[in-house]
Amino acid sequence: MTNRSTAVVLLASAVLLAGFTGTANAQSSRDYIYIVGSSTVYPFSTVVAERFGRSTVFKTPKVESTGSGGGLKLFCDGVGVDHPDITNASRAIKPSEVAMCAGNGVTEVVEVRIGYDGIVIANAIGAAAVNLSRKDIFLALAKQVPGDKDGELLDNPHETWADVNPELPDVRIEVLGPPPTSGTRDAFVELAMEGGCKSISWIKALKDSNDDAYKAVCHTIREDGAFVEAGENDNLIVQKLQANPNAFGIFGFSFLDQNAEKVKGAAVDGVEPSFDAIAEGHYPVSRPLYFYAKKAHVDVIPGLREFLREFTSERAWGDEGYLSDRGLIPMPVEERGDIAANVRDLTPLTMASQ
Amino acid sequence: MNESRNTLQKVEAGLPGRRRRETMFKLAGLLATTVGIVFLGVFFADLIAKGSSAFVQTQVRLDVEFDAQVIAPGGEMDIAYADFDGLVRASLRGVFPDVSGRNERRELYRLVSVGAGYQLRDMIVADPNLLGTTQAIWVPAASTVDMYVKGNIDASLDESLRPLSDAQIAWVDALRAAGNLQTQFNSALFSNGDSRDPELAGIRGALMGSFYMLIVTVMLAFPIGVAAAIYLEEFAPRNRWSDLIEVNINNLAAVPSIVFGLLGLAVFINWVALPRSAPLVGGLVLSLLTLPVIIIASRAAIKAVPPSIREAALGLGASQMQVVFHHVLPLALPGMLTGTIIGMSRALGESAPLLMIGMVAFIVDVPGGFSDPATALPVQIYLWADSPERAFAERTSAAIIVLLGFLLVMNLAAVIIRKRMERKW
Repeated sequence: MTNRSTAVVLLASAVLLAGFTGTANAQSSRDYIYIVGSSTVYPFSTVVAERFGRSTVFKTPKVESTGSGGGLKLFCDGVGVDHPDITNASRAIKPSEVAMCAGNGVTEVVEVRIGYDGIVIANAIGAAAVNLSRKDIFLALAKQVPGDKDGELLDNPHETWADVNPELPDVRIEVLGPPPTSGTRDAFVELAMEGGCKSISWIKALKDSNDDAYKAVCHTIREDGAFVEAGENDNLIVQKLQANPNAFGIFGFSFLDQNAEKVKGAAVDGVEPSFDAIAEGHYPVSRPLYFYAKKAHVDVIPGLREFLREFTSERAWGDEGYLSDRGLIPMPVEERGDIAANVRDLTPLTMASQ
Repeated sequence: MNESRNTLQKVEAGLPGRRRRETMFKLAGLLATTVGIVFLGVFFADLIAKGSSAFVQTQVRLDVEFDAQVIAPGGEMDIAYADFDGLVRASLRGVFPDVSGRNERRELYRLVSVGAGYQLRDMIVADPNLLGTTQAIWVPAASTVDMYVKGNIDASLDESLRPLSDAQIAWVDALRAAGNLQTQFNSALFSNGDSRDPELAGIRGALMGSFYMLIVTVMLAFPIGVAAAIYLEEFAPRNRWSDLIEVNINNLAAVPSIVFGLLGLAVFINWVALPRSAPLVGGLVLSLLTLPVIIIASRAAIKAVPPSIREAALGLGASQMQVVFHHVLPLALPGMLTGTIIGMSRALGESAPLLMIGMVAFIVDVPGGFSDPATALPVQIYLWADSPERAFAERTSAAIIVLLGFLLVMNLAAVIIRKRMERKW
């Protein structure tokens, strides 16, 4: 028995040792591209990564889904093989993040805008079609809404959509949406809620006098049960909408595209969420998606330069590229040309270009 | 006399009530068990109904010409740049020569998976003699076609509401009528790593990731757990310190698993600088998670060895260590192994701690070692469940079935070991 136990212990240490030596090798060089960041960009980034891995001599990049903020934090942590080469973001990098990057020696960052993503407000296919204005969305979902007098705020009293706008159906407000950690939620709040909030003149004036108060009014979603945080899983929201025709759900356009026979998107400010409407910039609740690449890693990590070329090639992000099949809305052709040229020259981001 | 009759009468008077209460309690227990079984049954039925179709995949038979002009334009084979997709497209055009116009042709090409081109490339690499010949091969159909064939897309819906157009559905029906389209066992599900194309996606990468993690876990947690249990039971003095350790071990067993993930991130990745997404780190974290389970089970197994065995050995002149290694450990080992397997099956099902250490990642290449980037089965399920493509829904259920299968086998092994090897005194 003694011998057997000793053998077990020896084997264990051998495995550990092997593990650590392997690790040491992995640390000194890395032969695959390492990507982190937004879960919204993840479905697009992974498609490019897979095609790149299959059609070139390079290994398939590793794509981690960490969220935009988490990704930028990892990305800005330093230069070297331990740190990611690319981070995906469903929003532009913030000045504070540029400073954080610079503080850790990540000075040259190439910003690549890859296309647009629409955020849809959808309900079950059998339910009534609605036309929401951004103001309706704000009044239905904000924690506090303006009262009769300028400057007066009440806790949101609206119980049904008809309370918000008599033209809307008389059903209880019930909206399933992503939690605050999600980039989709950030974008929804900024584009839809704030867009509607700004249409009330005294609140718009508040932006200049007291920005914090303005944000508190426009960005705070009600917490009395009318807005339900349904988690990050958009497939689950689609299923719940099917079961409950009175509910609305908030999710990315690609899920609407894939489930067109189950759910339909509400028109916002009179525009239906369609591929063309988002591409032409008519649909108001859409946002650009980005990725950021570390210039210092180009030609150090094998394949990084080629990967950037692949992502910005017409066959990937073009009007009929494979990313558009996955629900990424392409940018206009001139814009694509400019960005692709930037990527070829690896022109780094300057704060002025923000 | 009078009193005893009174007592008897009292007892008899109370009897119907007591019996009724007992019946009620039995019924409540039966109800609880039934509800539990019904829930489990519904869960399994739903899972199998949704997931079983993922074990087959629609394939299309194409007569593909390995055109020397395309593959070896200068006489030399040019694998990296040859247009294998073009060969697949040419063969599709051969089947439907009437299709013309750019958009119509694009729709036609979309019937077949992008994997078809890679398949041709792998074939010609494996056997260069195919150059210039025409072969009838089965290639995977696109996932939308697969969904239609499996009845998940309703052809009677309006064209704008389904992912396949009327023309595409007519082509699929024509292929099927000619016997060139059928469902076959989905071997890609078990031989491929992850993919963003559902028809090419497989669980092999996740399985290997889980496998490497469990190796690290068992190699670390088993010897350390058993050693700790032996020390605490057989050698440690009983005092305040050993009590404190005992309380802490029991508490650790109840700590939410995400906390171990945070610990792993802070210690193994940020401090020791091990790579993210590596099965090594995953295994280290999971071994922390399973250690308390193994220690508690091992201590219980050691406690169950009768003192008479120890006393007999000591009486015959064995040292404390000889008693432990010659007598106690062999008798307690089945119990320890059972505890270890149950700990391992818990580790196999964990995903929360892996979120923290970068194992929620898209990894196509199947990991080949302890420091290669990898993911794990539960994480793969999570990633697929969140994918927009419809065909991932059935693959999610299929992956859950596979995971449950492994858990079942492990737990069964634990039961068998206990039944076969455990000694009763």
